[in-house]
Amino acid sequence: MNAATELARRHRLRWWEALPWIASLACFFAFPNYLAFATQVLITILFALSLDLVLGYAGIVTLGHAAFFGAGAYTVGMLAMHLGWNEPFSGLLAAALVAGAIGLASGLVLLRTHGLALLMLTLCTMALLEQAANMGAAWTGGFDGMPGLSFSKILGLFGFDVLYYRSQYLYALAVLFVCFAIVRTLIYSSFGQSLTGIRENLLRMHAVGAPVRARQVLAYTISAALAGVAGALFTQANGYVSIQAVLGLERSAGIMIVLILGGYGRLYGAFVGAIVYMLLEHLLAKAYPTAWQLGLGVTLIAVALFARNGVIGMFDALRRRLDGPA
Amino acid sequence: MDLNSLISILLGGMAAGMVLFIVSVGLSVTMGLMGFVNLAHGGFAMLGGYAIVLSMKHWGLPFPAALAFGFFAVAGVSVVLERLLYAPLYRATELDQVLLTIGLAFVMIATVTLSVGPETQTVELPEWLRGQTDLGLLQYRTYSLVLILAGTALMIALWLGFERTRIGARIRAAVDNRRMAQSMGVDVGRLFTLTFAFGSGLAAIGGGLGAEILGLDPQYPFRYLAYFLIVVAVGGLGRISGVFFAAIVIGVLDFVLKIYFPKGGTLFIYALALILLLARPQGLFGKKGAQ
Repeated sequence: MNAATELARRHRLRWWEALPWIASLACFFAFPNYLAFATQVLITILFALSLDLVLGYAGIVTLGHAAFFGAGAYTVGMLAMHLGWNEPFSGLLAAALVAGAIGLASGLVLLRTHGLALLMLTLCTMALLEQAANMGAAWTGGFDGMPGLSFSKILGLFGFDVLYYRSQYLYALAVLFVCFAIVRTLIYSSFGQSLTGIRENLLRMHAVGAPVRARQVLAYTISAALAGVAGALFTQANGYVSIQAVLGLERSAGIMIVLILGGYGRLYGAFVGAIVYMLLEHLLAKAYPTAWQLGLGVTLIAVALFARNGVIGMFDALRRRLDGPA
Repeated sequence: MDLNSLISILLGGMAAGMVLFIVSVGLSVTMGLMGFVNLAHGGFAMLGGYAIVLSMKHWGLPFPAALAFGFFAVAGVSVVLERLLYAPLYRATELDQVLLTIGLAFVMIATVTLSVGPETQTVELPEWLRGQTDLGLLQYRTYSLVLILAGTALMIALWLGFERTRIGARIRAAVDNRRMAQSMGVDVGRLFTLTFAFGSGLAAIGGGLGAEILGLDPQYPFRYLAYFLIVVAVGGLGRISGVFFAAIVIGVLDFVLKIYFPKGGTLFIYALALILLLARPQGLFGKKGAQ
């Protein structure tokens, strides 16, 4: 197959792309007692997917992506707490709008810089929101956050149940599916191609006259909105929001680790990374928190030194080796 | 507000600023030299703090000897880590460097938690550093005054070494233009190893000296990471005097804000850093194009 036809066929749906969704539905019936955990995995996948758009595709290294997750989570939380706005879908929309607006505003000014300055600016933006959430206690609940939020029934039919997470799981799955479809379409559009171009060769993209800044800002804004949706899902599914849970450097670094473990710039990296990371965390972190941290650190070092493309990248390399030298 | 309280606030802020300076100065030079994003720098400060506190507690080392021990122990460890882990990633992407150093910081935190424990460590200051000193106008804590003197002396010594010695000239040349310096025969790799070790050693001393002010527990590396990075970014990469002034400004600001706005004082620091970096991405004291 020559390169042109391969490029043209890249966006076609392949048979195995249905597998994750079939598996997720199967999980619903197979593990009814683990749906609370599975819902958190779905939310993490969406969050990692949003990061993939900026980090993996646009090549923007950010330490502050939790800012948008937190913005979405707090938007839904404050709407429910102060305005009694409990309708889930419009809540998601509001969260996406608020997080997207913050992404647009910060992206417009932040993305003029690069390197250390950009890292610092993203970190400062998030720290700013974190402090704001801490300070505005009357609105945000301060350090304790907002516990015990309740949301109205999805489509007026399915209530959020706090114990079994049945509707939360299906709801999160549906939202993830829609968001994934959006991201997938974007990635394979000419917009996505130009993002990859910017990541791979900034100078050349400038030279061919691509609107580099505008593309980066747009990608940053869309990614922020998606992260906001993930944050909103978190608040709705769990019925609470707190600084510890949704903001902070740990959260930002954590989601980066999830994406890197799975493999960035490759759509399904977010899925693999979130599942692997969350499972390991679930099994190890509670019982052996320090050993978990040690293992995480060693893994990160190993990934940085040897396996830059994550778990999927390792399988790719293995397959190439098995296929023999081309 | 009367003059006395103004002076005492300034002194308190400056003492904190000196700790920030001693910890951050190495980070500034190594980041400027190699463009290496080292998020584990706070980890070296923490390791140093532990080495200093524990060697005093268990071996009965006097404070100055413990500081020297911390310096050499951490400098030694950092040479090994630099050769093994940092060197392969000099030309790698920022992302790889961020991952490596976050991972390294995790390992340091876990190692300290496992071997020493999660509780906060306290420094037993020697008799001559405790108590108050009469400054004429007011009485002030001796330790803070010593910190200010030590920080200023270090700043002058570093500045002289940087501006007036051959090795300093090499470092400056390599920070400004690595390739050019290399083609003039400067072994930038070895220079970096040396600077890295020296900078980590200084961070270790900063960790020990600052344990009184910043505290010392396994969460140290990430808790203060943003502060160290802000100091470096505002001061400008590889500018020793820039880091010095930036550290003092941030130390004093933080001190004042924590007194008058105890709940959200840090908000202003982040906002200020944000505005400043947007206006001057190369830092307040950095040269244009050095980024």
